[in-house]
Amino acid sequence: MPAFSNVPVRYDEPLADAPAIAGRRTARTPRLVVIAAVVVAAVLVAPLIVVFGQAMSAGTAEASRLLLRPRTVELLRNTLLLVAITVPVTVLLGCGAAWLVERTSIPYVGIWRGLLLMPLAIPAFVSSYAWTSVLPSVQGLGGAVFITALAYYPFVFLPVAALLRALDQDQLDSARSLGSSGWDTVRRVVLPQLRPAIAGGALLVALHLLAEFGVLQMMRYPTFTTSILQQFAVGFSNAAGSLLAAVLAVLCLGFLAVEILFRGKSRIARLGPGTRRRPVAHRLGAWTVPAILGLAVLVALAVMVPAAIVARWLARAVATQAVDVGPLLAATGSSVGLAVLAGLVTTVAALPGAWLLHRYPSRAAVVLERVTYISSALPGVVIGLALVTLAVQWARPVYQTAALAVAAYSILFLPRAMVSWRSGLAAAPTELIEASRSLGVSGSATFARVVLPLVLPSALTGFVLTFLATVTELTATLLLAPTGTETLATAFWSASDELDYVASAPYAAGMIALSVPLTVLLRRQILDQR
Amino acid sequence: MRRRTFLTGLGALGTATLVGCGSKSEDKYVADPGALQVYSSQHENLTKAWAEAFTKETGIKVQIRKGGDSSMGHQIVAEGAESPADVFLTENSPAMTLVERNQLLAPLEDATRNQVPAHLTPSSKAWTAIAARSTVLVYNPAKLPATDLPKSLMNLAGPDWKDRWGCAPGGADFQAIVAGMLAGQGEQKTKDWLKGLKSNARALQNNIATMKSVNAGEIPCGVIYHYYWYRDQVGTKEGSGNTKLHYFRNRDPGAFVSLSGGAVLAGAKKPAEARKFLQYITSKAGQKVLVDSQSMEYAVGVGVPSAPELPPLATLQAPPVDPFTLNSDQVATLMTDAGIL
Repeated sequence: MPAFSNVPVRYDEPLADAPAIAGRRTARTPRLVVIAAVVVAAVLVAPLIVVFGQAMSAGTAEASRLLLRPRTVELLRNTLLLVAITVPVTVLLGCGAAWLVERTSIPYVGIWRGLLLMPLAIPAFVSSYAWTSVLPSVQGLGGAVFITALAYYPFVFLPVAALLRALDQDQLDSARSLGSSGWDTVRRVVLPQLRPAIAGGALLVALHLLAEFGVLQMMRYPTFTTSILQQFAVGFSNAAGSLLAAVLAVLCLGFLAVEILFRGKSRIARLGPGTRRRPVAHRLGAWTVPAILGLAVLVALAVMVPAAIVARWLARAVATQAVDVGPLLAATGSSVGLAVLAGLVTTVAALPGAWLLHRYPSRAAVVLERVTYISSALPGVVIGLALVTLAVQWARPVYQTAALAVAAYSILFLPRAMVSWRSGLAAAPTELIEASRSLGVSGSATFARVVLPLVLPSALTGFVLTFLATVTELTATLLLAPTGTETLATAFWSASDELDYVASAPYAAGMIALSVPLTVLLRRQILDQR
Repeated sequence: MRRRTFLTGLGALGTATLVGCGSKSEDKYVADPGALQVYSSQHENLTKAWAEAFTKETGIKVQIRKGGDSSMGHQIVAEGAESPADVFLTENSPAMTLVERNQLLAPLEDATRNQVPAHLTPSSKAWTAIAARSTVLVYNPAKLPATDLPKSLMNLAGPDWKDRWGCAPGGADFQAIVAGMLAGQGEQKTKDWLKGLKSNARALQNNIATMKSVNAGEIPCGVIYHYYWYRDQVGTKEGSGNTKLHYFRNRDPGAFVSLSGGAVLAGAKKPAEARKFLQYITSKAGQKVLVDSQSMEYAVGVGVPSAPELPPLATLQAPPVDPFTLNSDQVATLMTDAGIL
């Protein structure tokens, strides 16, 4: 019975700090990794320094005039309200769907898994666009929550489903045989393991909400980000926009702190992949039909309806011969090229920080990691403008080149790669590395032969997430893309901004077509993870 | 097995890198050094139509960088004398005035100036009008009978207009209208009006959204520029079928006519081609391109009639505002203070 040979290690105890500290003492932090992590962090902080610098340039009197006014309170209230409602909704949707798919007897699991991830393939601004084109009443706070919750719940679903799937049935059975009730088992065995995934997913959702522009603009729901964009569009009052951006950065810091508290200190790992018993599906029985209906409604609202509306506009575009193939292909090419570059650069850039945090956990490592989140909470246009300022003054040769755009994408999307690396590295416990080192294998060889094979799926996940995000990035791209480069997102936006549903449909369809295969790849990854 | 996964992954990453680098080296990711660089916040269709006609006529390649009025003007100022832009085209004059105040524009040639009426270029000779647009009130007769139409744009700040009109205050178009009001009515009246706007008006994302909102009967009327309505009328009428236009006339702030500007940058890398481009778009042929593009903006070239659907520019009784002094800086501050931005 392989089930018994497979002893899980300390998966839920609020860990025993001892081994971690011992690990820290025995292994010397490799200097190159530290340097790399510091350089990445520095690049990520640079736009923030520009923003705060510009905000400070306003002077105290001007700053208080701009910040201490009713509008700021209004924006703060709107922003926090949106986060406070949407994040719990995404957690409920994400965890509920993940539990149904991974731990119950619901039929057609493979299909559900794919469908539930599909919102990742439909950019939020495309979906809000589709909804408003048929239901103009979808707007305001209600509309914003509706669209963003449906678009962002996969950020919770993805990691939670992966963990639930990998959950060892033996642990649950042991807990039950030791007298835990069903709910107790969930609370003491399952939830502690899910906590980092839920916290990480919720954090991503919250950060996305802070930086969301397209959806909220269409919903006419003003938040800090839409207001910052307005200030920057006005263009002459840089300080006003930068001040709002600085407040946004502070908000982001607050969310990061909350996530650290919620994540807790528990550690999950096993000694090697081992074998683990496939989870026993919870029998739904009479609940099967309601469960299927629930998932079907979720998928319909998040995916089917928006996709169908886009398809309808596309059909009309084709019928009226409004599809211009040349520009469409060019935009697709640019989107793919930029997204591949961004995916690679971002995934590689996230590694040193994630590695340090995993292998040599310390306050400094946590700071280095957390720093990467702050800039990403800022709207793309803020990062874009900061990079324009930096490049114009210090790095003229990269100005208006793809390099600067890729830098912006990396700054914006690094947390996606970071989160993926971290969950992957969690599967490569220190004990394995120490065993390898004790057998005389060098640090870099251990990384290549022991760690990388275990974490590669996560790295690919990070790459795919960054790729998807880049394809749909709008505001930074508008500023930073080389002259003459049109991406699917910018072409879509310029048509949809004029509410030209027909002309924007091919670009919306292009973004969806590009994202679908990658979303399928993500689905495979959850399947293959064990 | 693990190792194979790893190697496969590495191979995939390697291929992706090659693809990435391959596409990076293609020229389409860098500005074409052989092409004239045009920074344009004008509508894409019109800019493209001008660029294509110009290339056809002269063989000079044109590359267009799109943007919004204010942010693009601001961008050129940030780029300074080293800006890659050769030519700047705007939708409204304030963005051009901003660049002009930073002394980044090259003087116009007389040949170009003479192609538009003298009152459409500033005395500084730094730029020229390339098109014009008029403020209008679009209204839905089913919700707002013609007899109840406001006499003046200023009236919309009154309590009887609460929740009864819309506009796109975040856009450069609307801010130009406010700049016109500021120039004609002074700061206090403009401030009071903006306060009324904040409490009365529905803020929409742009002119088209405003028009469609009126068309759908969500709001009885909205402040927009004329050409959005005419473009929809000659097209499907999908967004304007239920609406009519009201011209304020009488030199009212609501009859404000905004000028789109064109200029050659002082730091242009291709000054000769840039001057030629500006000369072309203000010429009879260039202005004809504007009229034929169905952008429905007013042509400004001497002796070039605008689209026949439009009431002639001279009949609009626009307020006597000097378009060359319009200050969006102050407008942005006033709108920020009013809690609109």
